[in-house]
Amino acid sequence: MDRIPRWADLVLVPLVSLALAAIISALVILAIGQDPMVALNTMVTGALGSPYGWGYTLYYTTSFIFTGLAVTIAFHAGLFNIGGEGQAQLGGLGVALVCLSLPWPHWTLALIAATAGAALFGAAWAAIPAYLQAKRGSHIVITTIMFNYIAAALMVFLLVNVLKPVGQSDPATARFPEGAKLPTLNQIPGFDLIFTKDVPANVTFLIALGMAAVVWALLWRTRLGFQIRAFGKSDAAARYAGINPFRIIMISMLISGGLAGMMAINNVMGEAERLVNNSASGAGFIGIAVALMGRNHPIGVVLAAVLFGFLFQGGAELGMWTKIPIELRTVVQGLVILFTGALDYMVRMMLARVFALLPAPAKGAA
Amino acid sequence: MDYATLLQLLDSTLRLGTPLLLACLAGLYSERAGIFDIGLEGKMLMAAMSAGTVAAMTGNVWLGLLAAIAGSMIFAILHGIASITFRGNQLISGVALNFLASGITVLIAQALFGQGGRTPPLSGDGRFNPITLPFAEELQGVPILGPLYYEVISGHSFLVYLALATVPFTWWLLYRTRFGLRLRAVGENPASVDTAGVSVKGLRFAAVMITGILCGIAGAYMATALQAGFGREMTAGRGYIALAALIFAKWRPWQALGATMLFGFFQALALREDVVSGVLGFKVPVSLLDALPYVLTVLVLAGFVGKAIPPRAGGEPYVKER
Repeated sequence: MDRIPRWADLVLVPLVSLALAAIISALVILAIGQDPMVALNTMVTGALGSPYGWGYTLYYTTSFIFTGLAVTIAFHAGLFNIGGEGQAQLGGLGVALVCLSLPWPHWTLALIAATAGAALFGAAWAAIPAYLQAKRGSHIVITTIMFNYIAAALMVFLLVNVLKPVGQSDPATARFPEGAKLPTLNQIPGFDLIFTKDVPANVTFLIALGMAAVVWALLWRTRLGFQIRAFGKSDAAARYAGINPFRIIMISMLISGGLAGMMAINNVMGEAERLVNNSASGAGFIGIAVALMGRNHPIGVVLAAVLFGFLFQGGAELGMWTKIPIELRTVVQGLVILFTGALDYMVRMMLARVFALLPAPAKGAA
Repeated sequence: MDYATLLQLLDSTLRLGTPLLLACLAGLYSERAGIFDIGLEGKMLMAAMSAGTVAAMTGNVWLGLLAAIAGSMIFAILHGIASITFRGNQLISGVALNFLASGITVLIAQALFGQGGRTPPLSGDGRFNPITLPFAEELQGVPILGPLYYEVISGHSFLVYLALATVPFTWWLLYRTRFGLRLRAVGENPASVDTAGVSVKGLRFAAVMITGILCGIAGAYMATALQAGFGREMTAGRGYIALAALIFAKWRPWQALGATMLFGFFQALALREDVVSGVLGFKVPVSLLDALPYVLTVLVLAGFVGKAIPPRAGGEPYVKER
């Protein structure tokens, strides 16, 4: 196969994949009798046209950074964690239990405890499929999918039968105490110059960016990160080098589940301020698309998360102002996963053809 | 639990096990040929929507079945192109197609009918209706076996019997024909098949297409026999449960029948809160019963499978040496 330059592999392949997904989405919109340009316009205006729109886009972005990083770290260990959705819901449970347990005096204390709770519960939910994969060889893709369904049923049970306050009709926990309220971006000095209206994006956005840096450092600057990547590239070679497969599978899945769970401090603590049913609302699955689009690199994940934040907020606007159903988001999500994850070889081949037509640089040139 | 309740449970088992059986056999062809297919779920969903739509528009369930197979085939071919032609990651392709199906089915149903992503309710010739097998009424008086024949075996739709007939057919095709031998070989050692001068890509595409047909029938069953019309996400993870059953059955057709009926029984139990509570002696919340088939799936995968060895070349694209 013809080689393509590294920059093209990193930048052009995702962009071409995205363009292909966009073209097919436009055709789908045409096919259901709507106007793609109106749709695009509605999405851009609604999601990016005002600080208020950005406040929503960045709110979704925050969740997707967490779930995207979760999928990324498992991918590097050669594991496909489809269970981000369930892990994020369990993370929500952790957040709710922490927030409701004490009358928190200040949000910083509540945030630290809730983050720990979210990560712990998310990691615990990932631990069982991880253990079954490492010890019993149960396929992690199927077990994590099953754990999504089990988590959904468990949350309904807990919300309806256990956590719902007496006298309340909808299945949700009580509202969190005032001290557990996270500052939104319009309340943070500096950001309040841009965001003047109340927006759902909150301080968790900064934590998400921080976690992206932590994941980068972990994967490429620590011994553990090296072991994870080595195991993912070739478990036989890693075993030969004395890397314990059980340890790597468990650790990478615990980190992955913990990251997915941490998403809950954004949506449960930062936005809803109580735990509702189906709290993750698909963000766990979007993590797969975000990780693939972001080429499993934290910087890519952050950029792809912004893109999907735009798609999510824009899609909501579509559902509100046009006749295009909100499910268009799922279609685009599927197309992006298809092109970036399964058809990337096709995209590369197309690009290689294009590069073959260009005048070749002199051999040996730097 | 009395005999009548048991018969009801077994009747539901067959009803709920059928889509699992069809999907499981669908996956069997694909995986035996070395192509993992996580996308059974999406293909079934696509088929259910196509069947519901065409059956509602024409009032003819057979046209609905054809549409279902066509809808499922489109996704099967996409999976083939991604994983055979372009040697993409088969797991990711399957996941992508599942999301695509989840979104596009609602989009199409909403654009056509405007009923919130459902298709209109079907009745009469728009559905596969129950068939009473010969002598079912007459033999009802025979102790034990009579009611078993009448309640459990008779009185299902055509597709249930078709699904059951697919089991011996699949066994025959895989183990008694040249095509079956080659199909199994291409999943174990594609290079040997290639050396023998048989097209690896051709065989794998054939397998993926058979998967498409069977998922199409499974989806049609969901929308025109089990229920009367398509509803969003109506397959509810059955494609994944079928995959678990396939592993449990160690990729063999008769065992697939046993495994899917076991999972069908779990699903039937989950619908009978009264029976489960009665047998266990305490009240089980319905929401936890909903999780039962999934929990049992994990338990089966974790413990009782024994050593399940997948087809050796499964998941790996074949690169012909130049």
